[in-house]
Amino acid sequence: MTQDAISFSEAGQTFRTDSGPLTALSGVDLSIARHEFVAVLGPSGCGKSTLLRMTAGLIKPTEGMVSVFGLPVTEPRDDIGIVFQQATLLPWASVEDNVVFPAKHKRGRVSRQDRDHARQIIATCGLAGFEKRLPGELSGGMQQRVGIARALFLNPDILLMDEPFSALDALTRDAMGFELLRLWQASPKTVLFITHSIPEAVILADRVVVMSERPGRVIANLKVPLSRPRDESSLRSTEMQEFMGHLRGLLIKDKVA
Amino acid sequence: MSAEADISVSEQKDTATTKVPVAPSEPFMEKLIRLPVVLPLLTFVLILVVWEAGTRLFAVPSYILPAPSRILGGFEVVSLSRWVEHVWSTLRVALMGFVLAIVVSLPIAVGLAKSRFLSRSLYPLLVVIQSVPVVAVAPIIIVVLGTDDAPRVVITFMITFFPLVVSMTTGLMATPPELIELSRSLRAPVWREISQIRLPYATPYIFSGLKISITLSVIGAVVAEFVAAEKGIGYFIQFSTSMFKLPQAWAGLVVLLVMSLVLFQAVSLTQKILFPWSLPKERK
Ligand SMILES: Nc1ncnc2c1ncn2[C@@H]1O[C@H](COP(=O)(O)OP(=O)(O)O)[C@@H](O)[C@H]1O
Ligand SMILES: [Mg+2]
Repeated sequence: MTQDAISFSEAGQTFRTDSGPLTALSGVDLSIARHEFVAVLGPSGCGKSTLLRMTAGLIKPTEGMVSVFGLPVTEPRDDIGIVFQQATLLPWASVEDNVVFPAKHKRGRVSRQDRDHARQIIATCGLAGFEKRLPGELSGGMQQRVGIARALFLNPDILLMDEPFSALDALTRDAMGFELLRLWQASPKTVLFITHSIPEAVILADRVVVMSERPGRVIANLKVPLSRPRDESSLRSTEMQEFMGHLRGLLIKDKVA
Repeated sequence: MSAEADISVSEQKDTATTKVPVAPSEPFMEKLIRLPVVLPLLTFVLILVVWEAGTRLFAVPSYILPAPSRILGGFEVVSLSRWVEHVWSTLRVALMGFVLAIVVSLPIAVGLAKSRFLSRSLYPLLVVIQSVPVVAVAPIIIVVLGTDDAPRVVITFMITFFPLVVSMTTGLMATPPELIELSRSLRAPVWREISQIRLPYATPYIFSGLKISITLSVIGAVVAEFVAAEKGIGYFIQFSTSMFKLPQAWAGLVVLLVMSLVLFQAVSLTQKILFPWSLPKERK
């Protein structure tokens, strides 16, 4: 029996705010297989980040359940790495120190193996030669590579990415997408990838999940009709154009309704 | 190509060695003026000259405004070892008050930043304490704590600690929430979240607080000496003024000024050497 890496069943989240309860998510049903790459599309404020934080164990669902590898999520797990919208690196620490930070922060010390491991990941992420640089000396794209390297440091099985490339310029963004695919193919992981961009979702993911306006729920869950490996030309076919048009329609229809 | 480059370099060298000694070229003067110290120094000298000339020209009595030369004379009234004693007395109190303020405000700031309950209950209380005019409380503190360093250190502490608490708390809360989530996702202990993320992030804020507080600490020490002391620059100024020896009071003032500036620079330098990344990026 194949076990889902992540599964939401009737999961929902209602925040208590000063102006009364606010339901960010409600009745979310979704399962993600191990090593599957799933992109989540949805209007801002529909609860995408909330979905991700529930998966990470940072907040508990107020209704339903979120499970990872068959177990309900009650607290953060070691096998989940997170990449944020902004790289949010430590500005005083070198690239290498930023990448080993999970070890330093979790265990309080950094071993030789940790450093070797970090340098290896830094190289895989295309940052060789930048180990001693400070984040302030790097471009936005490079900083986000460090952010990804840091998330990969503890060798997680699940990678949660919250609009990781949306702060980058268009060209860097495309390049980073393919870079991510390369990393994912070299070392398969379960990826939950949140984005605003339809082309980005389609070129990267096995499956695209579309969410409604708040309170967010899943309104479409579609397999991307595209084989791998993919490249820049993959989206040019009529079939892909139609698929993206369909996704756009779902997002817009929800906005108008 | 390389030959051409060589020629142009030697030409430049030639013009440099021949022209500069004869008549300093414009760029050199401009560079000199643009050095950060030169312009303020020139202004300062100019003020001194006008001051000296003005007081002599209009025969201003020295108890109203002594000429700079008279103030200089005021330094000689007291022996060097006595000056050192006065300076050390004030400096010691200022530094002890400053350190006490750091030690006390750090845990308070951590508490305020981490706990909603504390920030709601303790912060208003701190504002009330801060609003009490320390000069008015000083005599009471002296009566309660006696006449040695202790009351003066406490008075200095009271003047210094509030800006520190505010800047530290602001700094500790300035950490990007993503990093706090990263810390939680790693299930790291809270004290490591503070020491490895929040405190370093607060460094620029802490140092702007330290720079304000170090100057305040000198003020605190002097205020304390005004109330009760038999040593220290504040005491010396008050004593001199009461004897109508104004040039020597002004000399004391100059010493205080230098002390404040040196302490401020020491804090700035500490930041520059130990935490260069925390300085604002230089704009060009
Ligand atoms: N901790 C919180 N407390 C109160 N409201 C929150 C909190 N986190 C998110 N929200 C609200 O929940 C809604 C969904 O937020 P979020 O998941 O960040 O949306 P998205 O990532 O899709 O833009 C928003 O309206 C947001 O204001
Ligand atoms: Mg979001």
